Formats: sequence, C-alpha cells, structure tokens
Amino acid sequence: MNLDAQNLFSTFQLNKSWEQKMRLLMQLGKNLSPLTEVEKTDKNQVKGCESQVWLVSTKQDDQWYFKATSEARLIQGLLAVLLTRINGLTAKEINEIDLDDWFQQLGLVKQLSSSRRDGLSAIFKKVKAVT
Amino acid sequence: MSYKTLLESPWRFDFPALCNFSNDKLTWLDSAATTQKPNMVIDCITQYYQQGCANIHRAQYPLATKITRGFENVRQKVADFLHAQSSDQLIFTRSTTESINLLAYGLESYLPNTGNIVISALEHHANLLPWQQLAKRKGLKLIVLPFTQEGIIDLEIAETLITNQTRLVAISQMSNVFGTLQPIKQIIELAKKFNALSVIDGAQGIVHHPTNVTQLNCDFYVFSGHKLFAPEGVGILYGKAGSLTKLNHWQFGGEMVQSADYETAQFYPAPLGFEAGTSAIGAVLGLGAAIDYLNAQNRTDITAHEQALIHQLLTGLLQRKSIHVLGNPHSSLVSFYIEGMHPSDISHLLAEQNIAIRAGQHCCMPLYQTLGLNGAIRVSLALYNNSADLQCFFDALDKAIELLT
Repeated sequence: MNLDAQNLFSTFQLNKSWEQKMRLLMQLGKNLSPLTEVEKTDKNQVKGCESQVWLVSTKQDDQWYFKATSEARLIQGLLAVLLTRINGLTAKEINEIDLDDWFQQLGLVKQLSSSRRDGLSAIFKKVKAVT
Repeated sequence: MSYKTLLESPWRFDFPALCNFSNDKLTWLDSAATTQKPNMVIDCITQYYQQGCANIHRAQYPLATKITRGFENVRQKVADFLHAQSSDQLIFTRSTTESINLLAYGLESYLPNTGNIVISALEHHANLLPWQQLAKRKGLKLIVLPFTQEGIIDLEIAETLITNQTRLVAISQMSNVFGTLQPIKQIIELAKKFNALSVIDGAQGIVHHPTNVTQLNCDFYVFSGHKLFAPEGVGILYGKAGSLTKLNHWQFGGEMVQSADYETAQFYPAPLGFEAGTSAIGAVLGLGAAIDYLNAQNRTDITAHEQALIHQLLTGLLQRKSIHVLGNPHSSLVSFYIEGMHPSDISHLLAEQNIAIRAGQHCCMPLYQTLGLNGAIRVSLALYNNSADLQCFFDALDKAIELLT
C-alpha cells in the first residue's frame, strides 16, 4: 500500500463517528484535483452511477494516475478514497486490489448502499479496463 | 419542529415490520416503492405453505381443488375491488411491468402500422419503455403529453395531441414523482372519441384511491400487488371483455394451452390463456388477504389520515429555506430538492441515519431531463406512518443539511 493510502487509513482510524467520517469524506473530495470541462466527455463518463462521474487516466512509465470527479460531494469523497489507493500503481498491482476490503478497512462499508457499491464497482471496472 | 397535533396510526400495529423497524431505529418512508405487509397477509401466506401447497387448475385431488378455489376466489375479490363486471376480465401477471409488456406484445398485431401511441411526460419507465419499443417495432410515432406546473397532464394540450391518428393512450392514474392524480377520466374519453385504446397504470393510484374500472370505461387497467400490501410477484391486468379479445397470446406453456400436438396448439382465451406457467400462487392468495384487510378498514379514515400526514410533511418542508417541492402533491408522496445540494448527498446522509426514502430519478429519467433537475428526494407515506416518523425524518434532514452547509 502506498504512503498516501496508509496515511488515509490512519486518518480514518481517528474518525470513528459517522458524522466525522462524512465530514472527512467531503474534505477529501474537496482536495481532488478538478477535471477541466474539456475532460468531461461522454467517453470519460462512467455509466451506472447515481450521480454523474468522469474518470481520466494517464500513464507514466508503468505507473497509472487517475483523476475523477462527481457532482455529488460524498461520491467525490469516495472517489478520493479509491484514487488514493490506486494512484501510482502498476496495472498488475491495481488488478490485485480487493476494493471491498479497502472500504472495509476504512470502516466505510456502511456508507455504501447497493447503488453506490455498484457505482464504485463500475468505476473500478473502468479503471481496470483502461490499465 | 413542533406539530399542533401528533398523528397516530391506528393501523400501525397490524404491520409487524413497523414494530421491528422501531427496534432497529429505521424510519420507513418509501411505501411508493413497496409497502409493508399486514399480519393478515403474512398469516395467509404462512398458512398456505404450512398446510400444504398444490398446483392449480389441473390436479384432481382435494387439496388442489381447495387451492384452486382459493386462487379463483382472489380473482373475484380483485374484480369486486376494481368494480369489474366479471372475474374473467382479470389476468394475473407478475407485476405492473409485466402487465404493460403483455399489452405491448399482445396488441402488436392488432394495432395498425400508421399513427401514434400517446403517453405522458410523467410516466415511470414501466409505462414508457414497452410503448417506446412497440412504437419502434410498428413504425408508430410516440407522442408525449406535457404536464403543467402543478404536475398534472395538461388537458388543453392533450386535446390537441390526441387525434384520429392515435391508436392507444397509456397514462398513470397518479404520478410517482409529483403525487398528483391525473385527469384519467377525461383522457379516456378523449381516447374513446378517436377509437383509441386506453391503458391506465394504477401502480401508484390504486392504494390511495378507490377505483371503479367499469365507470372509468378504460380498456385496460394495471397494478402491482406489492404496492397494495400484498407480496411481490403478483400483478394485475384488467381488460374490458371486448378489449381482451384484441390481445394475441404472448407467452406459451402450461396452463394456457387447451390442446396441443407437435405441429399445432389451441390456447385458452383470457384470463387463463395469458397465465402461462405456474402462477405465484402464494402471492395471489396474499393479494386476496390484502384486499380483505383493506375492505375491513374504513377507507375514508385512511384517506383522511394520509391527507393530514401529507399536510404535516409539506408544512415542515416549506418551513425550511431553499427547499422546493415538485408540483402540487395531492396525496401520499412528495418529491423535493434543496437548492445547492445534490440529492445523492442528501439521500446518503439520510441513509446514514436509517431513513428509508428515495433519491434520484424514481425510474423517470426523461421526466427529470424535462425538469432540468439531477434528481430529487421522494418521501412517500402509507396508512401505517405517523407524525413520529415525520419527526425522525425532519431531524435527520436538518442534520444532513447542517453537514452539507
């Protein structure tokens, strides 16, 4: 696990109550680097999410970097949690990640309704398809 | 928030799930999606499985005869409930969605290849997609009736759009987004004027509004058991006697076949001819029990209770700034949005507090495109809700707004 992900894990350990978790998610979402309007194309849109989500990827050497955005703040926060876990990894490393387990470790499973879980899996599928 | 009167529901104790919800601190405000079941329904299903089930219509032994009689009694109960002339006019399907698909496939040969099908802009997907696809298959035009600010189909415009080119009109009795009753009587008359078939989707309406299909004079009326306190897996298609004969058989198999050899077969007319395979017998019996339950209540009292609740809900919503209610709800459900807050965020934070509401587009994506909204929050009520439920909802909503501000 990369350093950012480890730090995130520690931060979530300190934020136990649901309100704290929610505030933390919104904070993380705010810090995501925004997408330009040009990047919000149909091609970059992830279908199957309850709010509109866009994802763009770049590759440097063997490492993948992603940017993503959503119009909903909590989804944006969940995107940040996902990207923190996968940014800078190789395709092989990304493929080995158990996403459910990652959200479980952060104590965020309760925050994932079935539609949100489906949305996140759709995003993660797209990530894997790109890499 | 304080209420002048705290409304209690005398029906709440008939629904065991509501008592269990209070132990789990869950607030159920999603009855427009599905309803909880009264003890009478649960007992009826349990009894059926405990005392032994049997397949209907075909077997000779006494248990099968008894179950068949029970099953057919439900058909009569539904006929009486809708004030249909005969139980032969009631087809058991799996859901509203299947009832409408049956119509869209069953009428395909009957309808000509020219003209149009008319629906409204506030249909949920079940009363849009089957017609959209049928129109595509037949080369018919799909015409969408607009609605007013209040969330009611605009009759003046409807009068100009329903013409001698119209072959079929399909609209909802009540909108699942606005909670508004639609002018179905007038629209059925318009359709009649041009010899177009009329289909009424009663999925939302039937629970809250006693319905008389004979008086309405519609060709077809559909609804689902699960929104009427019955189990999932049973839907209803009512058709006028003369309209049912326009339907071609669509699903083939047991129950619906009269005689068959390897080359040819003869099929029963409606209703059996449209009930291929084994029906959801337990669910059908449960629907009978749900109708018995409703018949044993004072429907006027239920309506008054729901009206008082919706009034409290609307009052509470309008007290909060930046909240906009969609349309002008008549009964049982309200959709709203909050300026500057995404419905997904609101619903997320309400879910966190165990409030069962709906967010998003309630199976009406095109409607929200029309409204230019990215969705809304829908609160829907039933006879078992009370003021305490609304209080829990408002407390949670205030908390959500505070977190997002």
